[in-house]
Amino acid sequence: MGAPKTLFDKIWESHVVDTQDDGTCLIYIDRHLVHEVTSPQAFEGLRNSGRKVRHPELTLAVPDHNVPTTDRSEGIKEEDSRIQVNTLDQNAKDTGIHYFPMNDLRQGIVHIVGPEEGFTLPGVTMVCGDSHTSTHGAFGTLAFGIGTSEVEHVLATQTLVQKPAKNMLVKVEGDLHPGVTAKDITLAIIGRIGTAGGTGYVIEYAGSAIRSLSMEGRMTVCNMSIEGGARAGLIAPDEKTFEYIKGRPMAPKGAAFEQAVEYWKTLPSDEGAHYDKIVEINAADIIPQVTWGTSPEDVVPVNGKVPAPSDAKDPGKQKAIARSLEYMGLTAGTNIEDIRIDRVFIGSCTNGRIEDLRAAAVIAKGRKVADHVSAMVVPGSGLVKEQAEAEGLHEIFLEAGFEWREPGCSMCLAMNPDRLEPGERCASTSNRNFEGRQGRGGRTHLLSPAMAVAAAVTGHLTDVRKLG
Amino acid sequence: MDKFTTLTGVAAPLPMINVDTDMIIPKQFLKTIKRSGLGKNLFDEMRYDDKGNEIPDFVLNKPAYRNAKIIVSGDNFGCGSSREHAPWSLLDFGIRCIIAPSFADIFYNNCFKNGILPIRLPQEDVDKLMDDAERGENATITIDLEKQEIHGPDGGCITFDVEPFRKHCLLNGLDDIGLTLQKGDAINDFEAKRAASQPWLSL
Repeated sequence: MGAPKTLFDKIWESHVVDTQDDGTCLIYIDRHLVHEVTSPQAFEGLRNSGRKVRHPELTLAVPDHNVPTTDRSEGIKEEDSRIQVNTLDQNAKDTGIHYFPMNDLRQGIVHIVGPEEGFTLPGVTMVCGDSHTSTHGAFGTLAFGIGTSEVEHVLATQTLVQKPAKNMLVKVEGDLHPGVTAKDITLAIIGRIGTAGGTGYVIEYAGSAIRSLSMEGRMTVCNMSIEGGARAGLIAPDEKTFEYIKGRPMAPKGAAFEQAVEYWKTLPSDEGAHYDKIVEINAADIIPQVTWGTSPEDVVPVNGKVPAPSDAKDPGKQKAIARSLEYMGLTAGTNIEDIRIDRVFIGSCTNGRIEDLRAAAVIAKGRKVADHVSAMVVPGSGLVKEQAEAEGLHEIFLEAGFEWREPGCSMCLAMNPDRLEPGERCASTSNRNFEGRQGRGGRTHLLSPAMAVAAAVTGHLTDVRKLG
Repeated sequence: MDKFTTLTGVAAPLPMINVDTDMIIPKQFLKTIKRSGLGKNLFDEMRYDDKGNEIPDFVLNKPAYRNAKIIVSGDNFGCGSSREHAPWSLLDFGIRCIIAPSFADIFYNNCFKNGILPIRLPQEDVDKLMDDAERGENATITIDLEKQEIHGPDGGCITFDVEPFRKHCLLNGLDDIGLTLQKGDAINDFEAKRAASQPWLSL
């Protein structure tokens, strides 16, 4: 027996193809996801250099960022968006990679589609030209975002040039209060470690509160690892993981599945494995969280107040708070629950899965969206939409006054027509509250799906626990 | 990729933390299928008002900094998305070097793939260079990658770290893919072992 290893160490070591003198490694990539925004220049690069896609069967592509969430029968109206999606159509056709085009039932946000199809598996390395690739870490998959040059590198060689990350353990122990969700856990973690706290690390999430989460909840937690600076998050695979994967279209079947499970059971971190940094959080200390500012670390509990620049010690942070207050149109000391909102967005790779829509529907049922609020629900994929409709969730949303849309990234980053107008304030289940993220001058407050519905029906940020 | 050996130019001060990729290049400019032409939209929402007119106070609109080749900024530069459009837009504007106390991982990596040198320095060194940068055209800075030195306008010299392999690739303008393809045998061997030990991974 060698030294105890972490889950990250095990996956990393089993994927090293070559190591150089300075420690730079060539690692093998088992699974590659592609979308229309960060791939055209990679395919063009291959064409220009006369290179081929080494393993088309290991790449799965789907358009998600640009697609309209309204009626698609007429195609995409905006010319630049249409060209980008058509380019992916053509690149997929030319190279033979797996592809779900815009009007395929299986189309959706790439990070929702991967797990749904069983493309995401424990112990594998997975990359995508998208920072929220960290989502797949929920399966014990080493998954991280890469740039377009690296997309081209993976297409051509099925490998990447990388250095190993450091190990961070974030342990969340104890029982969550009712009304507190995976989104509140991840926001609380980012609030604690800061938006650069995970830079250079892969974060492994552990503890009873993490174990108790569903696969959907675990994906929400891993999804936002990058908002804490970590390229990847990981959760050890367990029976819930295996159960989720079993029978999915691209997952191993029969004896191969059983063989895979035996291997997957060896992946969890060994007793006594070394972590470079350990963060411990008591689940009972977490109440519903919201962001007030323009960095995901600008987190406050819903019963808190908007901070003042003087609340920070560091001069750089003081300036950042002052700038955020101005951009967000907020005054220090305001109660979070007194912040009035104009828009609500429920969806994204963070919170666009079936469990998120169920949690939202529980609060929406029998209530009405406030008169001054415009609210939309955007399922994360065609299959999520189909499932939600089979359960009648869409009727609950429509009855309450929400719009019920087609799947895509939508207003998480507003590359399609779903966007905020300058000065509009949005309660959003997405992952980033950067300046201009949801539309120039738009103001974003990040929160959970249940909290988003609470804001929609009261017209202001609201502790969902008060709605019962 | 263009080689990076030495660089002399004006450094633009951007004294803020968490400069994110949405600030560097907002999403409406990600709809291109090309790598070029993004420089005019670098820092678009900070640089232009909603009618498209330049905002005179923004550093890159000031006469002294319109040809800046270096940016000096605060902690966690480049946080957010993986969009390589961020380094493409910097490069297209003419920026070849960014100096900050820390960078987000994906952005940092993307810079090297495009011939841009991101330099991490202790806060006190960044503060000194920020002061130099505030002096505009009167304060050109020279970066010597081979020697790993930054020479300020007053004759001062600051040394910096860079990983040997990344330095080698930048100095020689090397294409990663070409280098990796030279390791084709090692990749073939790995794939053969993987197929034998984890057959369920085949699709």
